[in-house]
Amino acid sequence: MNLRRLFGVSVLGLAALLGLSAHAAPKKTFDVCWTIYAGWMPWDYAQASGIVSKWAKKYGIEIKVTQLNDYVESINQYTAGKFDGCTMTNMDALTIPAAGGVDSTALIVGDYSSGNDGIVLKGAGKTVKDLKGLDVNLVELSVSHYLLARGLQSAGLSEKDVKVVNTSDADIVAAFATSQVKAAVAWNPQLSEIKAAPGTSLVFDSSKIPGEILDLMVVNTQTLKDNPAFGKALTGAWYEVMALMKAKNAAALTHMAKASGTDLPGYEAQLKTTAMYYTAADASKFTTSAELPAIMKRVSQFSFEKGLLGDGAKSADAIGVAFPGGKVNGNAKNVKLRFDATYMQQAAEGKL
Amino acid sequence: MRFINRQPGRGGRWLLALLPLILFALVYGIASAARLTDNPDDKLLPGLTQMVNAMARMAFEADKRSGEYLLWSDTAASLIRLGLGLGIAALMGLVFGVAAGVFPLLRAPLSPMMTVVSMVPPLAVLPILFIVFGLDELSKVMLIVIGVAPILARDLEQRAREIPQELFVKAQTLGANSWTLVLRVVLPQLLSRLLVSLRLMLGSAWLFLISAEAISATAGLGYRIFLVRRYLAMDVILPYVVWITLLAWLMDWGLRGLNRWLFPWSEGGRT
Repeated sequence: MNLRRLFGVSVLGLAALLGLSAHAAPKKTFDVCWTIYAGWMPWDYAQASGIVSKWAKKYGIEIKVTQLNDYVESINQYTAGKFDGCTMTNMDALTIPAAGGVDSTALIVGDYSSGNDGIVLKGAGKTVKDLKGLDVNLVELSVSHYLLARGLQSAGLSEKDVKVVNTSDADIVAAFATSQVKAAVAWNPQLSEIKAAPGTSLVFDSSKIPGEILDLMVVNTQTLKDNPAFGKALTGAWYEVMALMKAKNAAALTHMAKASGTDLPGYEAQLKTTAMYYTAADASKFTTSAELPAIMKRVSQFSFEKGLLGDGAKSADAIGVAFPGGKVNGNAKNVKLRFDATYMQQAAEGKL
Repeated sequence: MRFINRQPGRGGRWLLALLPLILFALVYGIASAARLTDNPDDKLLPGLTQMVNAMARMAFEADKRSGEYLLWSDTAASLIRLGLGLGIAALMGLVFGVAAGVFPLLRAPLSPMMTVVSMVPPLAVLPILFIVFGLDELSKVMLIVIGVAPILARDLEQRAREIPQELFVKAQTLGANSWTLVLRVVLPQLLSRLLVSLRLMLGSAWLFLISAEAISATAGLGYRIFLVRRYLAMDVILPYVVWITLLAWLMDWGLRGLNRWLFPWSEGGRT
């Protein structure tokens, strides 16, 4: 390679890397991502049925909805600025984008896990107390880890009583089939596979901690501020699909079931353990409730104890979390995660 | 002068060798600074101080939960797995390679089998490995063995067959039996080749190690990378990658030194 060519290639590389640092500004096209999960399948239908583009057109913008295969990777991509919004849980929203300094807004509170996450032990008739002294396979530092901590707490145990073995979510079903694994924590659809094995007990699940594992559509706060149309179009599209789901629209539900790799009864079973907020009124009621700050406080504490809030964090209050009505958890000067019911309320009032 | 005939001078060679590294560091520095001015908490392209701080924490501060110095316990866990895996693979490769390379009666069943086995992507049969070898250390070591041994064996078989037939004839006229032939003629030549092949397989061995640790583990360099990836801690990941590269390079360098020391003839008769 001659020097001139080398120089040219280097400049191209430099340009590509600099391209990573994107500034928010008014724009016309938006990218959002989502991953496979019972409560997020509506995004697939919203995209495929043209509901998203219909709403985007109404506000004179374009929205591209992309499915990614790896959940953590999707959040990392959003945090790096490749997407304007992405689906994630409340804990991951706090520990990945917010802890990474990306000011994020929970635009839509879609549902909470009400049995979609569970702790399973081998052997019939086991209880949480039987976890003592066991190796527990789970995705470390994920909501599964949080669920385990809450489960142990409920039985007067702590994490010191068990040994956590980090196991990837893709392999946890195969891992559970081996003889060494005695206990695992997983979420659906893997959880249903694990539970289905003979001679197992589900000792604790997320239905015992309602509202603590929230599934959100999180968007970049600056982008939302500069482009309210983006928030309106996304929210409008979401609640149009929610109305279809509430009405048990067979075409929509079958589409979602297929896209999540199961059939209609299988998907309906997963929806039973997913507490969907089918109406914008319910979702905004929960978002504005006094319960949510208390839940987020608990999640912040857990995240801090596990070192998930980053080096700069001296306490669980290092990152501020804002709620509707001006309430802030933690450092009000460093608010990086905002629960905003504005758009859900507009949807509830039919103003979108 | 044609481009193909132009040689860099001594100083020029150093400069050209360092140029890509310098350019990379420069590009990284500029991009990192740009992102950090934009957002001081940015985790994607951390600055040098952030990485140094993170590493100092990993190496010299006891972990709150386990009380261990994470960098060293991770390194020890990974090197033990890698050493065991490569050791077993080298032994198996040598045994099967010599057997198939020297004895036609053994080659007939072994050679086709090794060819087929070496084509199986080890990561694709990982779920089966779990069931057979469990989730513990054994399956991680076995993943390295299964990935590396067949290729070593095939390479050594090929090298054994390349030993001039005249050597075998000569040794036999001097009274060597099959056993002494292997011991005195084949092994000395193949051992050197084994070290060379091991050097070439180091990259794959690390790949298998990191993949195995990503799936289920409680310590290890790969485990740590996949764990902190959950909160995008590039300030830990990037130095870990540099550390792994350094370890791999040291292993390569060590094997090369060993080869030169044990088999000075192997690199063109220089001593």
